Amino acid sequence: MIIARILGTVVSTQKDERLRGKKLLIVRPLNLDGTEAGSGYTIAVDTVGAGYHERVLVVAGSSARLAEGMKDAPVDAAIVGVIDTVDYVND
Amino acid sequence: MQLARVIGTVVATVKNDSLEGRKLLVIQSLDANLQPQGAPLVALDAIGAGTGELIIWCRGKEASFPFRREDTPTDCTIIAIVDSDRHVTQGRRPK
Repeated sequence: MIIARILGTVVSTQKDERLRGKKLLIVRPLNLDGTEAGSGYTIAVDTVGAGYHERVLVVAGSSARLAEGMKDAPVDAAIVGVIDTVDYVND
Repeated sequence: MQLARVIGTVVATVKNDSLEGRKLLVIQSLDANLQPQGAPLVALDAIGAGTGELIIWCRGKEASFPFRREDTPTDCTIIAIVDSDRHVTQGRRPK
């Protein structure tokens, strides 16, 4: 899993049936200190009701399908948690 | 599977129902010489690891196998704690 920040949303009307009702969010990976890690982005499906600018946990690959409500959906990234705090040792 | 050091914890109150009660840890992957390699990741804990410990983690869909594998969304899971740094050796095992 990676930590990412929600940058925005994507709206799509014509989409795979299993994506119906799912919120698509644009996320950018973050470093542990909260700074952005590069300029890349991923479109991830929201499974928890996350909102703009929140720090979230993103699962990638086939595991994204295992999140509740995502069975057999054609996705490779899912938001599975909203982060409250990150504690880490810096050596 | 790869070696990593547990360097922290993540708290997320709002999360996917299937992650309820699971512990999230920040890990730093290590190369075979136990030097940091790549960016830190967030891993789901399957065995009770803690900060500072040397662990083995598993990537991909297999990462969900220690849990209810059909509905646990994780791509990075801690599946073993290495006994100590000395228990990672290269070449012939020391006598």
